[in-house]
Amino acid sequence: MRVIRIGYIAGLASGALWGVIGMIVVGVTLTLAAGIPATPSLTAGAIAGLIGAAILMYRPPAERSAGMLIASAAAILIVVVAATFAQPFGLPLSLAPSWQAVALLFLVATVWAANRLCLLDVFSGRLSRYEFEVLLVRVLKGIGFIVFTIAVVLPFYVMVMTSLKSQQFLLANPLDFSVDVSQGLGNLFSAYGKLFTEFRFGRYLFISALVSVSTVLLTLLFSIPGAYAVARLRFPGRATLSRSILLIYMVPAIVLVIPLYSVFSQLGLRDSLVGLLIVYPATTIPVSLYMLQGYFRGLPQELEEAGLMDGCTRLGVIMRITLPLSLPAVASVALYVFMIAWNEFLFAFMFIDSPDIFTLSRGVVSLNSSEVPRQFLMAGAVVATVPVLVIFLWFERFLVQGLTAGSVKG
Amino acid sequence: MTTASDTAVTPTEPRPVRPKTRLGPMARRESRLAFGMLAPTFAIVLTIVLFPLLANFWISVKPVELADLRPPTPAASERVNGEAAAVGDEIQVEYRLRNRSRKTVIHDVILDDTLPAGLAPVALDQRCSLTGRELTCHLGSWEPGFSERLQLSLIVSQAFLANPVSPRDSDLRITGSAENVLTSLTFTGENFRRIFDATEFWSVLWVTFAYTIFGTAGALVLGLFAAQLLNTSFKGRGLLRGLFLFPYVAPVIAVAFTWVVLLDPFSGTLNAILKQMGVVESPINFFGQRAISFEFLGLGLDFPLALSTVIAFEAWRYFPLSFLFILARMQSIPADMYEAAEIDGATPLQQFWHISLPQVMGILSILFLLRFIWTFNKFDDIFLLTGGAAGTRTLTVDVYEKGFALSNLGAGAAVAVVVFFVLVTFSMLYFRFTPKEEGL
Repeated sequence: MRVIRIGYIAGLASGALWGVIGMIVVGVTLTLAAGIPATPSLTAGAIAGLIGAAILMYRPPAERSAGMLIASAAAILIVVVAATFAQPFGLPLSLAPSWQAVALLFLVATVWAANRLCLLDVFSGRLSRYEFEVLLVRVLKGIGFIVFTIAVVLPFYVMVMTSLKSQQFLLANPLDFSVDVSQGLGNLFSAYGKLFTEFRFGRYLFISALVSVSTVLLTLLFSIPGAYAVARLRFPGRATLSRSILLIYMVPAIVLVIPLYSVFSQLGLRDSLVGLLIVYPATTIPVSLYMLQGYFRGLPQELEEAGLMDGCTRLGVIMRITLPLSLPAVASVALYVFMIAWNEFLFAFMFIDSPDIFTLSRGVVSLNSSEVPRQFLMAGAVVATVPVLVIFLWFERFLVQGLTAGSVKG
Repeated sequence: MTTASDTAVTPTEPRPVRPKTRLGPMARRESRLAFGMLAPTFAIVLTIVLFPLLANFWISVKPVELADLRPPTPAASERVNGEAAAVGDEIQVEYRLRNRSRKTVIHDVILDDTLPAGLAPVALDQRCSLTGRELTCHLGSWEPGFSERLQLSLIVSQAFLANPVSPRDSDLRITGSAENVLTSLTFTGENFRRIFDATEFWSVLWVTFAYTIFGTAGALVLGLFAAQLLNTSFKGRGLLRGLFLFPYVAPVIAVAFTWVVLLDPFSGTLNAILKQMGVVESPINFFGQRAISFEFLGLGLDFPLALSTVIAFEAWRYFPLSFLFILARMQSIPADMYEAAEIDGATPLQQFWHISLPQVMGILSILFLLRFIWTFNKFDDIFLLTGGAAGTRTLTVDVYEKGFALSNLGAGAAVAVVVFFVLVTFSMLYFRFTPKEEGL
């Protein structure tokens, strides 16, 4: 293993690795984007990356000029083309030549840039442990960025792409990720059109919004005074209480489902939105109370005392001093509760039977049958996801602060 | 509490220190206000969380089925025989009565009916009485499967012929009270016996722990790695941070179904890619195949495929949460610690191992405990991905399976009791290991 600590050898290994990774990523992307079945040659990628690295590191770091960089890029291009007999992706060049050209350029650029980022200042001679680990961390981070980004983006892309295609098309070629814009917007979004007319998703959207917003309001209405009491007022059992609040949050919903189902059935609350609006706040109030009391505690008490001195009542103090000061926390709690209510599945699934009052989660589940083509299921998933993602991205800063500063979540 | 100095004070003087156990009027007012502000929260949490928790124990020792939630009611229908053509004709009203339930007795059955004007009963059944035109019959208790035809003969008078109304047109009301299995005092140990006798239970328990431990560890390791990636500043960092949170923010149904579509053996993209790249020969049924057998060092091993896939989903979906907390903690580590280490010649991996890791250890252990509990509680993910098939049934899915799919609420509740007790153990650990002051 001592050999790998020599800069030149480590550089070559890094170059070969990037060649392989670049080949896989670009090859698969080409297949998915153009819908043509590419079989990227990993060996050719490895050799090209290796030779690119060899040229880049030929001279000591200070003398690696722009000319060397260009030579390295050219070498990668030439080797890839030569080693695959002018078929870098295992396809005849006549098939989608422009796609292939773009992919080839992209491949060369990726491998070259990766080599440059990792190796430009790496010595060719023996590396110290420090220098070697710097190189290692660079390579690992690079792989990390690629893997994480693909792992996160791919499912969401598949969700959107599938919703825009017909079932036969999907079965015929699952590798085709291209979105055919030429068929006209009406055709492209036909699944969505049907979703909102035949499957009544407009109504579900409205009900989900109604339930989520009501849950937020109810939760805040209950938890703001509660949090204030726990944070500011002295009463026996306060310490125990503030520590046990979160325990409620660890009670699994599935344990509550059977008793609640039984009782709500007998009370006639089961198949109704009122039932949901009782259960949702009950599960969100404890965590909301916990987050808010953490924030309230951080506010200077003197302000409130001044308010009390000047003749404000407790309620007045909360309304005029505490709440305006803790608006960011309240906003983040509100968003967080909104997310929970919007995404909630178990109770909606167990309680709601009549299609008139489906929430989005419940509506999407009803699309999961063999009689409904897949694109409707995925279109439903998109409709359920987009609002919450948009709201999240809009208020991300708020939410992230609130989540990490005030407390926890599950 | 009385001390030596207290007793030394003469009784006429006011006591200088109030006993600790009693609150002053101000303090009492304050605590009354506090309880008032907390009362609504207490009320809703008690009814929706704590009461069901106890009710679950109750249900777990009762022979309750899903159908028992609708208590049996007495059934009655009415028929008229004979013709009312002239004064003095006799017609018969027949009530057909039934208890449709096969196991429950219905008590205190009362039948009410209104007879049309101008009909006079010949002989009234002794259980019935007539006040004006209102007929009331106290029919007593009905055994399961009971049925009876109650006859009533009526003589037609002129008043009826002037205004003939069929006796059937009036509303027939029948009420009775059946014992509700939920509130009765019949108990059974059958639910628990059946759970622990089944060999399947132990495999469910083992799957639950494997899922919980590996899912939690996976989410934490991925989160740590992602936090390490984004702990340097570069262009587009905010964008990536937002992107990395997507799996956690999106609704579980959306991402679960997307994974199912993505990994589908026939039309799924992942299988198609693997085949295209020559990694596999035939498509892999990620969510449907219990195990893949392979040989390793001459040993035949079974790799639990479906279980591993749901664990991968779990790690993918929840890494953003640990990522967020770990990143926040990492960014609060003072930069001079790293500068000092750098001067001392510490390598990047040494810096990670000896500075970053110890600094995030606290949040890491708390996250582990919380995520462990939440993963243990998780129902939606596995239910949506596999429905508990192919060796992925955890305790929570088992609750649903027994209680609703097999309609045996009692058995489902019994599994829920097991879930609860495992959880109590975890919660005790949580209390022991969280810092006394403000956990997070």
